[in-house]
Amino acid sequence: MPRLHSAVELEEFRAGILAARDPARPCIAVCGGAACGGLDSAAVAGAFAAEIGRQGLEARLDLKTTGCHGFCEKGPNVVVSPGDVCYFEVRPEDVPDVVACTLRGEVLDRLLWTCPDTGRKAVHMDEVPFYRHQTRILIGDNPRIDPTRIDDYLALGGYAALAKALFEMSPEQVLDEVKKAQLRGRGGGGFPAGSKWETTRNAPGDEKYVIVNGHEGEPGAFMDRALFTGNPHKVLEGLIIGAYAIGSHRGFVYTRHDSPQLIRHVRTALAQAEECGLLGEDILGSGFGFHVELHFDVGIFVSGESSALMRSIEGHPPEPRPKYIRTSVAGIRDQPSNLNNVETWANVPQIIGRGAAWYAGIGTERSKGTKLVSLSGNVVNGGVAEVPMGTPLRTLVYDIGGGVPSGKALKAVHFGGPMGGSIPASLLDAPLDFDELSRLGAPIGAGGMLVMDEDTDMVEVARYLLDFLTTESCGKCVPCREGMRQSLKILTNITQGRGKDGDLGRLDDLSTVTGLACLCALGRTSADPLKSMLRYFKDEYEGQIAGGGAAK
Amino acid sequence: MSEIVLQIDGRDVAVSAGTTVLQAAQQAGIRIPTLCHHEKLEPYGGCRLCMVEVEARGRTSYVVSCLYPVEQGLVVRTRSDKVDMIRRVILEELMAHAPDAPELVRLAREYGADRDRFEKEASFCVLCGLCVRYCAEVKGKHAVGFIDSGAAREIGFVPELAAKECWDCQECFALCPTSYAQAAYLLTEALAFPGRRKAHSRPA
Repeated sequence: MPRLHSAVELEEFRAGILAARDPARPCIAVCGGAACGGLDSAAVAGAFAAEIGRQGLEARLDLKTTGCHGFCEKGPNVVVSPGDVCYFEVRPEDVPDVVACTLRGEVLDRLLWTCPDTGRKAVHMDEVPFYRHQTRILIGDNPRIDPTRIDDYLALGGYAALAKALFEMSPEQVLDEVKKAQLRGRGGGGFPAGSKWETTRNAPGDEKYVIVNGHEGEPGAFMDRALFTGNPHKVLEGLIIGAYAIGSHRGFVYTRHDSPQLIRHVRTALAQAEECGLLGEDILGSGFGFHVELHFDVGIFVSGESSALMRSIEGHPPEPRPKYIRTSVAGIRDQPSNLNNVETWANVPQIIGRGAAWYAGIGTERSKGTKLVSLSGNVVNGGVAEVPMGTPLRTLVYDIGGGVPSGKALKAVHFGGPMGGSIPASLLDAPLDFDELSRLGAPIGAGGMLVMDEDTDMVEVARYLLDFLTTESCGKCVPCREGMRQSLKILTNITQGRGKDGDLGRLDDLSTVTGLACLCALGRTSADPLKSMLRYFKDEYEGQIAGGGAAK
Repeated sequence: MSEIVLQIDGRDVAVSAGTTVLQAAQQAGIRIPTLCHHEKLEPYGGCRLCMVEVEARGRTSYVVSCLYPVEQGLVVRTRSDKVDMIRRVILEELMAHAPDAPELVRLAREYGADRDRFEKEASFCVLCGLCVRYCAEVKGKHAVGFIDSGAAREIGFVPELAAKECWDCQECFALCPTSYAQAAYLLTEALAFPGRRKAHSRPA
């Protein structure tokens, strides 16, 4: 790969990549995401490669293994372009037929999505209900990108936004654009990203840092991994643009030590970007230099909390620090440090590329853009979905998710994992909106959405989530460590038929103090699921205490 | 150092910048309960007993006074219904582990905490970390540390270090609000280097 010294060279290089590609030549994209990978999509990809080799079709057919397409429930997924013909649950033995059909320009009927009610088939991606109701501006590129090849990202216009920022905009203008887009942090808090950037930009410090929080430890959340593993350059481009706006020359990618595929793809992306002169000293000849280091967690959930994460990058145990002085002012080594999560950074290139007005045109009054959601639980179509902010939850559960399996009734929807909350089915027309869902007691969090059917025991759900957090708390502060320990004991007793009078009062005291007095966000929000359940499902708790456990 | 005037419990208190609210209160003779605080150690913010209500820029929030820096015009209330409730529940939580620790018993009386409110799990240690931090920060030895995380967290002496460092020190014993540090040390000694005590207690 050549080292690019200017925006013109970048465009020439891009033109060269596109010229060498024939848009009419079929390309078979096999999903190599986490779920499809688990269903051995590698064997499917291997079978395609063997078939292409056996018939000598290298010049007529392209093949790539990509990141997550989204429809995990029906994996392994295969998408054939042009036309985005979607095949589901593809097995190696289907491969010769897919190849034969593709060469003839036909569609292989038996692997198409079939409507469970009408038997109607859907050929193209935009006809499959799971995809049709989405707006895939972040994850939509995944089926077109081999994450280990920067060429694929460049072919889709990658790094053009970086060039625009570096050569046509001042750092202040970039910052201004992000503020005008009203981008809010996707990691859980929904804090305005532009204000956070500005704080770090204006804070005094010898060095400023920018960080990608790619920890995603929340159970039931897998959208960041899908995005970052499938399209690492998009996140990286956002990070570099952010660094330019903030005045940072050193960045960190913090992610999990136990996601080998993600690590491989990010490492490759960093190396390729550096080789192309898109990272490192004098990026694209602009004079702006920026370096990125990859760091890993030590396998505990609280590593993803911003101050704990920064302690971890410094080489200390990931214990949260009280944030009376914000990390955007005093973070890593007490220098101003701006942390955003994967999805937040991934939004930056399109905001710069297509403009704040375009971006702010998507979503609601105070929640802009799209949101990635991990759909799981009692839902027909589990997977990663992307919808405009403001989309009713009903659309996610029924139109995209295909409803509740086995004809059961929907009971509740849970957002935000162990620090989120559950709302009952009666509130299903609520919009996916930071403020609205917080008000209802089910903050979006990072975007894990768990669908629960009529058989769900809401005491057990709270107990389960607390059981997870109890081992993930660092254990430093009393209300978190002890509040969770005692709440868990009480909930366990209730589920085992040993509930007592006064249990609800004790839970109420414990969760109130946890919410007020804990050191970090993990502790302060650890009682949120319980609070939401006591708000909407209190009778179930009272019933189990009075009746000696779940009525089953 | 510039002087900062804040209000604590209705009184104007003048202190230098960089002071914490706890220090400011102590200078004004206003008592705030603490458990994990020690003036020789870095503020820790673990026990949360020193939590107070502060009002700044029109917002009321609850902060730990041992870490919260003073600011001009800050209004602090060291007692309120919520503050007392936080302290009461924290004491009740800690007394599930150490129901007879003198400091906890005294504070429980003051805040109306019921030591039997929560299910007992008599570990005796309240994980204030005084021993761990004193050994690290003052002695520079790290002979005692935290093990594990969350509800499984405990303190433990490192036998190899304890055998070498602790015999002539044992200064952490007096800091411990529950006497657990001493018990943990003796257990380590009994298991890891039992001969030493006998050798020392032999008459010369």
